[in-house]
Amino acid sequence: MNRLFGKIKKYQFMFEELVNRDFKEKYKRSILGMGWSVLSPLLTLLVMKVIFSTFFGKDIPHYTIYLFSGNIVLSYYRESTRNGMNSLVDNAGIFTKINVPKYMFVLSKNVSALVNFALTLAVYFVFCAFDGIRFNFRMLLLVYPIACLLLMNIGIGMVLSALYVFFRDIRYLYDVLLTLVNYMSAVFYTVDKFPAQYRRLFLLNPVYVYIKYFRVIVIEHKIPSLAYHGLCALYAMLFLALGMVIYKKYNHQFLYYL
Amino acid sequence: MAVISCDHVSIRYLTGDFKAIGLKEYVIRKLTGKYHIKEFWADKDVTFTLEKRDMLGLIGSNGAGKSTLLKAVTGIMIPTYGTLHTNGSIAALLELTSGFDGNMTVRENAYLRGALLGYTRRFMDEKYEEIIRFAELEEFQDYEFKQLSSGMKSRLAFSIACLVNPDILILDEVLSVGDGAFRKKSGDKMKEILDGGVTCILVSHIIPQVRELCNKVLWLDHGRQVAFTDDVQTCCDAYEEFLITKKLPKDETQISRMAEDYIRRQARENGQGGGKAIYE
Repeated sequence: MNRLFGKIKKYQFMFEELVNRDFKEKYKRSILGMGWSVLSPLLTLLVMKVIFSTFFGKDIPHYTIYLFSGNIVLSYYRESTRNGMNSLVDNAGIFTKINVPKYMFVLSKNVSALVNFALTLAVYFVFCAFDGIRFNFRMLLLVYPIACLLLMNIGIGMVLSALYVFFRDIRYLYDVLLTLVNYMSAVFYTVDKFPAQYRRLFLLNPVYVYIKYFRVIVIEHKIPSLAYHGLCALYAMLFLALGMVIYKKYNHQFLYYL
Repeated sequence: MAVISCDHVSIRYLTGDFKAIGLKEYVIRKLTGKYHIKEFWADKDVTFTLEKRDMLGLIGSNGAGKSTLLKAVTGIMIPTYGTLHTNGSIAALLELTSGFDGNMTVRENAYLRGALLGYTRRFMDEKYEEIIRFAELEEFQDYEFKQLSSGMKSRLAFSIACLVNPDILILDEVLSVGDGAFRKKSGDKMKEILDGGVTCILVSHIIPQVRELCNKVLWLDHGRQVAFTDDVQTCCDAYEEFLITKKLPKDETQISRMAEDYIRRQARENGQGGGKAIYE
């Protein structure tokens, strides 16, 4: 434990500077700066609302919030893992010359994605208020799926960044996978139309699992079961462990490929 | 206690056509048997130790394994065989200007580099002015890094690495930084740092520099250790003779013979070149 704290202290300044750099890079080129990260999901929401309301809106209560829940979780996942994927290749000039822990780069990219997510989450709650959803203490539980999602994103970012070092077309393959996740996450439709045995298959998609947690808390005013909490944690730990194993194993081999 | 002890270190390096290929290409090459990874020994059985205040000159032609050895010392690579121990904090400057971000300002880059080298924020706050002054970049602090000339970039990198007090300092070709005036200044700074008790490894193709600064020298050729000695002048003489004749010495007696050959050659050439050298 002491060693861990020592490490955190040692690399704190480096981490801050990396986060600082990622932020500047991200917001430098856009005139709207951070405003864009709020506006962009709102525009997506608007488009989806216009298109899908007539098909699904009648059967699903609080359809706007239903859509919005799916959107913010999915776009956080997408941004975070995509940025994570680039983190090693982008910083090759640094870690092939200076001995620094490589996971720092994934972590710092995740911080900027998380801050972005926090901004959209604020807008999300404003929309909840407009939609007549009453706030209660149960909503504090949303910290749990967010924490799980963060850990999972870090893990997946690590896995992808390692793969991207070895195979440069992973970027395109992952985009295909993201499209699949996009349609399999029940962002704009409901899984209730599917027979019960198929409905469970959706739980194989971790993004859907986290989206559903949001909807159960915010729209249905219920608390998911203990087993469901376990499932959330399982996905987070699984991907995080996978990422750590890969980094440990290939730590000294990345530089041959860069 | 030795600051760096490198004991029979061998480092295997992988190369081949696996760089920057895609998954599809990887599968195709695997199937058609065209996927080749070549292994070679970048360093083979290298042994040396450095004490506090030692300044090691690392010499050898291109591909001798100098940079790979330095990467092992800094911990970026690990030795395939042998052991390498270091005591103390390391500031390594391998290829000075890489790792800077062109879109960030000089100030931001200075802080980022400082952070990457393991300094604290408070330390950077204290030293920042001094770094900029030494690099002579006072008027460029808020310029984007990409707007600087390459000489300015190297000056900044050198200043950040040198105005701190690492226990071990690794300099890869960095003393050839900047124009004549800055080169003199950086040379002086180096001597000052060495007086402060740092242990240093210097890679240089400028042999007079090695003669002047170093008290030990390690000569590598194609990964093999030709010599490790504290008789810097003799070894440098032999190395300069090697650069002319391209014949490697096999043992110490051959090294001293080559050194003598070199001195004789120098005397001969100076004799031919007129009286200038006599006055120096």
